[in-house]
Amino acid sequence: MVSVPEIWKEVTVTENIIELKGLTRRYGQFTAVDSLNLAIEKGEIFGLLGPNGAGKSTTILMMLGLAEPDGGTVRVCGYDPVSDPVEVKRRVGYLPEEVGFYDDLSGMENLIYTARLNGYSANDARTRAGELIRRVGLAGEEDKKTGKYSRGMRQRLGLADVLVKDPEVIILDEPTLGIDPGGVREFLDLIVRLSREQKITVLFSSHHLHQVQQVCDRVGIFVKGKLLAVGDVQSLAAQLFNGDGRPVGSERKNYSLDDIYFRYFEGGVDHE
Amino acid sequence: MISISVILKEEWIMSNAILSIKAKLSHTGESIRHPFRVIVEKEMADHIRSWRFIILIAIIALTTIGSLYTALTNFSQAVKPNDPEGTFFFLKLFTITDGTMPSFTVFISFLGPLLGIALGFDAINSEHNRGTLGRMLSQPIHRDYIINAKFTAALAVISVMLTALGLLVMGAGLFFIGIPPTAGEFMRIVFFTILSILYVAFWLNLSILFSVLFRQPATAALSAIAVWLFFSVFYPLIINLITKSLEPPPTATPQHMIAFEQFRLVLLRLMPNQLFSEATTTLLMPSVRSLGPLTMEQMIGALPGPLPLGQSLLMVWPQVTGLASGTIISFVISYILFMRREIRSR
Repeated sequence: MVSVPEIWKEVTVTENIIELKGLTRRYGQFTAVDSLNLAIEKGEIFGLLGPNGAGKSTTILMMLGLAEPDGGTVRVCGYDPVSDPVEVKRRVGYLPEEVGFYDDLSGMENLIYTARLNGYSANDARTRAGELIRRVGLAGEEDKKTGKYSRGMRQRLGLADVLVKDPEVIILDEPTLGIDPGGVREFLDLIVRLSREQKITVLFSSHHLHQVQQVCDRVGIFVKGKLLAVGDVQSLAAQLFNGDGRPVGSERKNYSLDDIYFRYFEGGVDHE
Repeated sequence: MISISVILKEEWIMSNAILSIKAKLSHTGESIRHPFRVIVEKEMADHIRSWRFIILIAIIALTTIGSLYTALTNFSQAVKPNDPEGTFFFLKLFTITDGTMPSFTVFISFLGPLLGIALGFDAINSEHNRGTLGRMLSQPIHRDYIINAKFTAALAVISVMLTALGLLVMGAGLFFIGIPPTAGEFMRIVFFTILSILYVAFWLNLSILFSVLFRQPATAALSAIAVWLFFSVFYPLIINLITKSLEPPPTATPQHMIAFEQFRLVLLRLMPNQLFSEATTTLLMPSVRSLGPLTMEQMIGALPGPLPLGQSLLMVWPQVTGLASGTIISFVISYILFMRREIRSR
C-alpha cells in the first residue's frame, strides 16, 4: 500500500482538477469521511470503489458544496466549494444515484430548463438540448414525458442534463444502478467516449468492480471513510501482493480488481 | 513559477468565461434570464397548470359570485338614511349579507388559508421525493434561490388572483349599482386586497415550513390544515372555556371588566384569522373607531362619523404588523432549516 504522502508527491507534479486534503465529515459519533486525501488529474477517468456506506456519496456532496466538511479542504477546478459553490457547480456536472426529473414535463423540456438555469437564452437552450438528446441516443423520445421513460433512458437523459453546462468535470454516483447489462455497457462506452473526445475529467463512484475496471484509468479503494490505496489496477495489485513477499513477475499480469478488492475486504466488509 | 501558472490559469478561466458569454450573446442576440427568474417562471407555470389550483380558483370564483349576488340583492336594505357609512356604500359590496351566504370578506378569511396551504405544502418535499432537488442544487445557482423562488412564485400567483377578484367585484358593483366608488373607497379596497395577500402569504409560509419539516407532502398538508382547523374551530372554543371561568361578576369594577375584556382580546388576537377580520372590518367599515372596549367617558362627545383612511390604517397597523411578523417568522425558520439541510438524492 502506498502511504498518503507518497501519493501526494506523485500527483502534485501534474495539474490536479480535484484536490482533497484531510477531508473529514462526521455525523454525531460516526465518521463518514476520515481525513481523506485525494487528487484527480485533468482528463482522467477516476474510479472511486467501495462498498455501500463507505462515504463515497458524502465525499461527492462535499466536492459540490452540498455538504460542509468538518475538517480539511476541497478544491475543485481551482475553487473552494465551501465559499464558492456556484463557480464549482458552473464547471462540474453531477449525476446522482437516482436522477430525478419533472415527470410531467418532456425530456426536452427538462433539459431546456436546466440549460436556462445555466444561463442559456430560450432559443439557445432549445438548440443545446436537442443536440445533447441526439448525442446520448434519445432522439425520437424527446417529446415523451419523463414519467414514461425507462430507467436506462432516465440515466441517459441524466447524462445529457449533466453535459448541458459543458462541464470540465463529471461526477457520476452509482450511475448504472438498475440498468440492464446491455444498457450499462452502452452507458459506460458513452462516458468513455465523451471523456476522451472532450477531455472531460470523470469521477466514477461505484461498488461494481467490473464496471470500474472496464472504464477507469485509476482507481481509489475507499472503505469506512478512508482511502486505502490509489493507482491503476496493475499497480494496485503490485502494491498489494508485493507486500506478501510473493514473486512479482509471475502472477502480476493477470490480476483483476476482484483479487484486489477481495484481498482488502476478506471476510470483514460487506460487499456485493 | 507557481504564481505565474496561477495567473495564467486565471487568465484562461477569465477568457473562457468571456468567450462563453460572448458566444451566448451573439448567437441570437436574445437576453439571458437570471436563473432566479427562470425558476420563478417555471414554478408559476406549474401552479397555474396544476389541477389543485384550477379547482381552488373554481371554488373561490363560485363563492365570490354567490356573495356578490347576496350583496347586490340586499343592497337596497343595507343602505339606510342617517347611516354614518352612508357615503361608503360601495364598500358594503364586500361586507353585507342577508344571512344565507357569508360576505366576500368572510369567504376570503375562510378560503384564503386553504389557497395558501394548497400552493405551499409540497414546495420542498415533493422536489426532494422526485429527486429533482439534488439535480437543481447541482446547477450553478445559490441554494436559497429555490426556496425564495417557490415563495415568490406562489405569492405572485396569489396576488394576481386576489387583485383580479377584488377588481372583478368592484367592476360588477359598478355595473349593477351604477355609482362609481370614490377615491377613498377605492384606496380602502386596494388596502383590503393587500391585506388579503398578506394573510394568504402567512398560510403559504406556514405550509412551506411544513414542506421543509416533513418528508411526505401528505403529512405536510394535513399538519397545515390541522393548524388552520385549530385556529378557526377549536381555539375559539378553548378561549370561550377559559374566559367563562374567569368572567367577572356584573358587580365588578369597570377596571376589572376592562382588564378582563383586554385579556380576552389578547387571547383572540393570537389567531391569524382574528387579526385579519379585525383589520378588514376596520378598513371596509370606516365608522369603526376602536377594536377594544371603550368606556362611556371615551364615547361622550364623539360624533358618529367615518374615520379618514389614514386613521383607519393607523388603527389596523398592529394587526398588519402581527400578520407580517408571523409570515416572516415562518419563512425565516423554513429558510434556515432548508439552508442547513444536507440534500442527498431521495
